Amino acid sequence: MDVLLAQLLNSLLYAAVLFLIAGGLSLIYGVMRIVNLAHGSLFALGAYVMAWGVSRVAGASGAEPAYLIVLLPVAAAAVGATGAVVEPLFLRPLYARAEEYQLLLTFGLLLILEDAMRYVWGATPLTVSPLWASFGSLHVLGATYPRYNVVVILLGLAAAILLWAFVFKTRFGVMLRATSQNRRMAAALGINVSAVYVQAFALGCVMAGLAGAVIVPIQGAVLGMGVDALILAFVVVVIGGLGSLEGALVGALIVGLVRTIAIQYFPELELAVLYLIAAVVLITRPAGLLGRA
Amino acid sequence: MSSVQHSPDAALTLGTARDAHRIRPALWYTAALALLALLLPFLEGVPVIGWLASPFQRIQLTYGLVFSIAALAFNLLLGYTGLLSFGHAAFFGGAAYAAGLLVKYLHVYSMEGFLLAGLTSALVLAAVFGSVCVRYTRIFFSILTLALSQVLWALALKFFWITNGTDGLSIPTPTLLWGLVGTSGDKVRFLSFTYYYYVLVIFFVCVAVMGVIAASPFGKALQAIRDNEVRAQFVGIGVRRYRWYAFVISGAFTGVAGALFAPLNGLTTPDILHWTFSGKIVFMTVLGGFKSFIGPILGGIAYNYLETYVIKTTEYWQMLLGIILVALVLVMPRGIVGVFAWGSRREQRNR
Amino acid sequence: MPLLFAQGLRKSFGETRAVDGVDFLVESEELVSLVGSNGAGKTTLVNLLSGLLVPDAGSIAFQDADITAVPVRDRIKAGIARSFQLVNLFDQLSALDNVRLAIFSRDGTTRQVLRLAERNRHAREEALEILRDFGLEDKWDTPAAGLAQGERKLLDVALAYALRPKLILLDEPTSGVGTREKGTIMDAVAQLVQARGLAAVIVEHDMDVVFTYSHRIVMMHQGKVLAEGTPEQIRADERVATALLGKA
Repeated sequence: MDVLLAQLLNSLLYAAVLFLIAGGLSLIYGVMRIVNLAHGSLFALGAYVMAWGVSRVAGASGAEPAYLIVLLPVAAAAVGATGAVVEPLFLRPLYARAEEYQLLLTFGLLLILEDAMRYVWGATPLTVSPLWASFGSLHVLGATYPRYNVVVILLGLAAAILLWAFVFKTRFGVMLRATSQNRRMAAALGINVSAVYVQAFALGCVMAGLAGAVIVPIQGAVLGMGVDALILAFVVVVIGGLGSLEGALVGALIVGLVRTIAIQYFPELELAVLYLIAAVVLITRPAGLLGRA
Repeated sequence: MSSVQHSPDAALTLGTARDAHRIRPALWYTAALALLALLLPFLEGVPVIGWLASPFQRIQLTYGLVFSIAALAFNLLLGYTGLLSFGHAAFFGGAAYAAGLLVKYLHVYSMEGFLLAGLTSALVLAAVFGSVCVRYTRIFFSILTLALSQVLWALALKFFWITNGTDGLSIPTPTLLWGLVGTSGDKVRFLSFTYYYYVLVIFFVCVAVMGVIAASPFGKALQAIRDNEVRAQFVGIGVRRYRWYAFVISGAFTGVAGALFAPLNGLTTPDILHWTFSGKIVFMTVLGGFKSFIGPILGGIAYNYLETYVIKTTEYWQMLLGIILVALVLVMPRGIVGVFAWGSRREQRNR
Repeated sequence: MPLLFAQGLRKSFGETRAVDGVDFLVESEELVSLVGSNGAGKTTLVNLLSGLLVPDAGSIAFQDADITAVPVRDRIKAGIARSFQLVNLFDQLSALDNVRLAIFSRDGTTRQVLRLAERNRHAREEALEILRDFGLEDKWDTPAAGLAQGERKLLDVALAYALRPKLILLDEPTSGVGTREKGTIMDAVAQLVQARGLAAVIVEHDMDVVFTYSHRIVMMHQGKVLAEGTPEQIRADERVATALLGKA
């Protein structure tokens, strides 16, 4: 029973992080019709910034690590700021051109970001496990479970709710949806499409950055984590439907659960099982479970 | 624009004349370059170009030719069919590994054996990957190819007792032409002379065959699919089936390149199965210019020099490639070919 | 027996009944115009007949064979070709290659992988002839993207024509071009259709064009057929006048 509960929580943890990454990817696609191949690298950037920030602050002030969780939004904002620079500088000139140019450009950004992180933070993984450990453990129903992981799950939940409220209940959300429905119409209605694009892209990056920042106390920041995350996030959006936030949530839950089960029972086939699910969804429901055709 | 109205037949003759004008200098350049490549090993003593003919440089050029074949094959998908694959490392690396496994398990040391094994493995892989990937286009296609090729990479690492893991499989100097040319002699001499010619001939064959494919009715159908999928369907082309054919052909030629690469490099490591290698193939194609047939040839050769003289000097080669790629997309989308075309247009205007 | 015979066709998009129980027939060598205001269901009907859409209900027979759910490729083989309202061309290919591709596809030669397209003299000559018929011979070398709007419209029709169909469906072949060009396009189309003995369904807004060229006119309104008949009958029909004037 306790093992089962821990497994369930693990899959929720994993789903929370994946939702943040894939949700950002999907949001950007939904609004701008761009799939950012560098999205996984932005997730990795969040992880590195967080790890670096924590070690800096902890080293300087000798602060109690648990408080350093306040650095999460800082790391996320840093990634968001990166996005706010990238969109107008690199992506904007390409909207009028064929899609392969967008893919090629974001691929170039991926290469640059991967090496930039290696240049700044080196090839050795960064870890901030003291932060994770300082949260201690939780005892529920006879199971022991790290409290920090629960915090991440709750954060993921909060992010999902906030995002939903943001997209469906705010004025900006209305503009976002209008732009995603019909760019020209939105422009004709007086919406500043360029501004919406920057904001949507930055918001997607913030989500990726936050995902990286929350995961780093658990698993550290490693080179190559970005590309792995990109592929997994893609599996999520394929299952859920590209461009749909609910789809990202459902997809993340499915992938989280399947991955946890797979790691427990047939670790060698973990990725293969996920790809298989994605392939089945692609073949039976090309637009994803909750996607728009 | 000419102000004279031509009848269609006049236009036809004018057109061929016009075509010939466009093609003739290109043909001359190509013939001259081909001749240079054929004579290269004998030009070591010649003043200006002698350095290019040294054994080291000839081996460099051989690498470049191998990459050119891969880039050309890749461009059948990107430039002609409009599909951007991030998984061509699977066919290149898969073929090289097929050669390595042939040596390890069957003790075959024949280059024709390598080519056959490489071609077959790439064909099978491309047929399987293709049947999944061509159901989708655009970004879905790109990431699907990336994901599937990463599976192969992971397998090469995990089944280390078969593949030797990160150490890779070593490929000894093979015999050529069914054993007619033996393995004796020193390796540099073999690679820079005998193997150089071997690769050069296969390169010419591949370029010719792919050139014909690109200009065949089939090739035109691919371009039609690239330009307008719906209309292609409404002139009666089986869009998905043709995409699959293109994928398999592209994968097969990439496999030929991979098989040629194996003895040249002497070692196959998982690097050439990794997505970063797919990225390199993408890079060389865009560098040369993916909107023209010959662009990828120039790109493959240029890329190899870039790798030898620049990339190997820095640890941060990915960043370098990334910056060049971004710059290419933003300001030089037609690549090296675009620069030449621009130059010759200026020249004409100046006259 | 009519060439094409559709019965009880229905197609809804969400709540909208775009085509709502339409019976429609075309005789051999007949030129039928589909008229009606925007949203009347004309384009949807063409999409159903050409196979771009599958009907929710009803059946379509072509030369006595049921083609209701037959895929596009097989309809083309059976002899139904179409052009598009929003021009649909192979933009990077030359006008010649656009037409030639339709010819290759029709002849099944797109399967030729190791033969230069240029070597097929028949295809080249036929394509040039078709371009000449449509007055595009001077532009044979121009990429489709570089043609003027009227020329693109003509080339779009030429692609469908090159497939040698028995029935050609033309969705607003003259929309978006100047008044003078309209006449040119329609003259060319009407002549070719008649010379080849094709049947044609033409979606058209310009009533002058419709009255000049049609054998029969079908008037649609809100997904249903409101009236049909010869140009004279339609001209005299008050419902048509009301529907058209009401719109104007």
